[in-house]
Amino acid sequence: MLKISMENIDKLYAAIKESRDLFLPIESAGQVQFAEYTDDAVVRLDVLKTVKSAKDAFFPQSEDLMEFKVCGKEIDVIPPSGDMKEFVIMGVKACDAKSFEILDRVYLKEPIDSYYALRREKGLVVVQACGRPEESCFCNVFGIDATAPVGDVVTYLVDGTLYWDAQTEKGKELTEKIASVFDNADANDDAKVEASKAETKAIMEKLPFANLDLSRFNGENMMEIFKDERWNELYKACLGCGTCTFVCPTCQCYDIKDYDTGHGIKRFRCWDSCMYSDFTMMAHGNNRNSQMERFRQRFMHKLVYYPSNNEGIYSCVGCGRCVNKCPISMNIVKVIKTMGVTDNE
Amino acid sequence: MQRIVDKINELFANGTVDRVLGWKVGEFSYDRTPYVFTKEGGLDGFAYDSFCANNLSKYLIAESRKEGKVLVLLKPCDTYSYNQLVAENRIKTENVYTVSIPCKGKVDVEKLKAMGMTGITDIVENGEELTVTTLYGDEKVNRCDVLCEKCLACQKTAKECDEAIEGEAYEKPHKDRFATVEELEAMSPEERFAFWRKELSKCIRCNACRNVCPACSYIKCVFDNDNSGIASKANTDEFQENMFHIIRAFHVAGRCTDCGECSRVCPQGIPLHLLNRKFIKEINELYGEYQAGDNTESRGPLTSFTKEDCEPSIVYEKGGK
Repeated sequence: MLKISMENIDKLYAAIKESRDLFLPIESAGQVQFAEYTDDAVVRLDVLKTVKSAKDAFFPQSEDLMEFKVCGKEIDVIPPSGDMKEFVIMGVKACDAKSFEILDRVYLKEPIDSYYALRREKGLVVVQACGRPEESCFCNVFGIDATAPVGDVVTYLVDGTLYWDAQTEKGKELTEKIASVFDNADANDDAKVEASKAETKAIMEKLPFANLDLSRFNGENMMEIFKDERWNELYKACLGCGTCTFVCPTCQCYDIKDYDTGHGIKRFRCWDSCMYSDFTMMAHGNNRNSQMERFRQRFMHKLVYYPSNNEGIYSCVGCGRCVNKCPISMNIVKVIKTMGVTDNE
Repeated sequence: MQRIVDKINELFANGTVDRVLGWKVGEFSYDRTPYVFTKEGGLDGFAYDSFCANNLSKYLIAESRKEGKVLVLLKPCDTYSYNQLVAENRIKTENVYTVSIPCKGKVDVEKLKAMGMTGITDIVENGEELTVTTLYGDEKVNRCDVLCEKCLACQKTAKECDEAIEGEAYEKPHKDRFATVEELEAMSPEERFAFWRKELSKCIRCNACRNVCPACSYIKCVFDNDNSGIASKANTDEFQENMFHIIRAFHVAGRCTDCGECSRVCPQGIPLHLLNRKFIKEINELYGEYQAGDNTESRGPLTSFTKEDCEPSIVYEKGGK
């Protein structure tokens, strides 16, 4: 394991920037988001949750797909311009890191999404163990260890020192390139990291949602849950905004739009939300006309449909962003607690 | 809260109302969800406390169209939203029973978190003091330091309702609601542009501001209408980031009661209320003091005409402010 004092952390960022683009949790106008590092950026590795998740790195909110130029009877199809540089995303927590695996199962399955695959290939993930979980965290319910995130490099921020531990070939290769900024960690440092991990683990066990029961979402009662009358109660106050879907690390739906430039068409895709009235609109109209159906879709997808297509893996990582951000405080935890028990229990 | 519960039970019992639009307790001591309680279901889980910030008036567009009478609990600021919706013929008033309830300002949990209180497991209110229990220790904080932005400048008193439940005397915070607008006006155009660019570039187009807004009550918004030519689900460039919110502010100008829900629900903390307050300030200066939702009869200054109205050329005299 290597280490660098947070006082010198800019040296690490600069070293990475020499060969790659670098994305970090950066504060702007009071909010912390993953954004490209610049010399004057306010980096906030200490912040537990960025507003949006880290998924933008591989699946940006809006992304150019191609351009069409019309010239007489000819139509030119032009791929997006510019080569993508290799990049590093740093400060990714265990929940967001796990979400990449959930997105991979959608986008790297045949037919492979080439835009997503390219970003996955070019991107290196530096994860960071959590130091101060919040009441809305419940990653442990999905078998995620907040102190042992999975990535190319694992880091630990303890007492003003960042510890750096490369895991994969990709991670080791980067580490070699920037090795001069680090010092070697010793046994004393190992003990500090272990103590910090133990502290976080103890807190995780005390969290209010630590014992959420998912047993009813076992893939065997899809129609029973689908038809449950209680959806009518749960959805009622839903505003139909897209906050939960846009802050979610695992929401993966997008819409493809054409923008008329006057000289041709720019085709781009952008995140869509199943909460929106025109979600999956087709020529025959909409297949979900009520907000109840849209609301149900979101949770059925995360807790029932996705797991039944993916060996029981849920499409939720318990990051708790929806818990924090829903304007009416309705969220997946309340859905799990309500739908997770049958009426006669 | 007990007086509100008693009143509701009384109105349930004597058959005045069938349903109650209120707030329900959640997973924490601070998350409250709008909820429709029924006579049959009773008031299990009902809450009215410092965390019931949601403005319930907009739900009446749908609720008032259902069978039976629905009682709605309106905080002073919400009574203005209600009036405005009635003025715009959006609510079937014959199916609504309005009850105004006292409010001492609502607590913004995000402010507690910003002060470092994370891992909150309980918040206990004792007069003007809040005791916040967290996984990392307890802290005490003054209520007035953590009020929602919308409550800091609220000078509203409840408009007439079918019934009023009065609270104890309470001194409202004295923040001038136009103070920040004036600060922005005092900036150079470049500084002001930079301020708004920084704020608006955070927008993720989740539409929470629009969907919570009682003035945005259209069945289909132009931004959701694929046939409009301007429908979009993401900001694809800086122009769109800026224009979505400015267009929305123009659209609600003269109808916005300054309920502040847009800023409260924004997941990115964009101070959207400042755009609305700028319009309110302009309207006050150009057309005379006007408060949307003050009554259900008057037409807003931008939808009526008088000979005293300012000329459109006024914009040239304002020096870009």
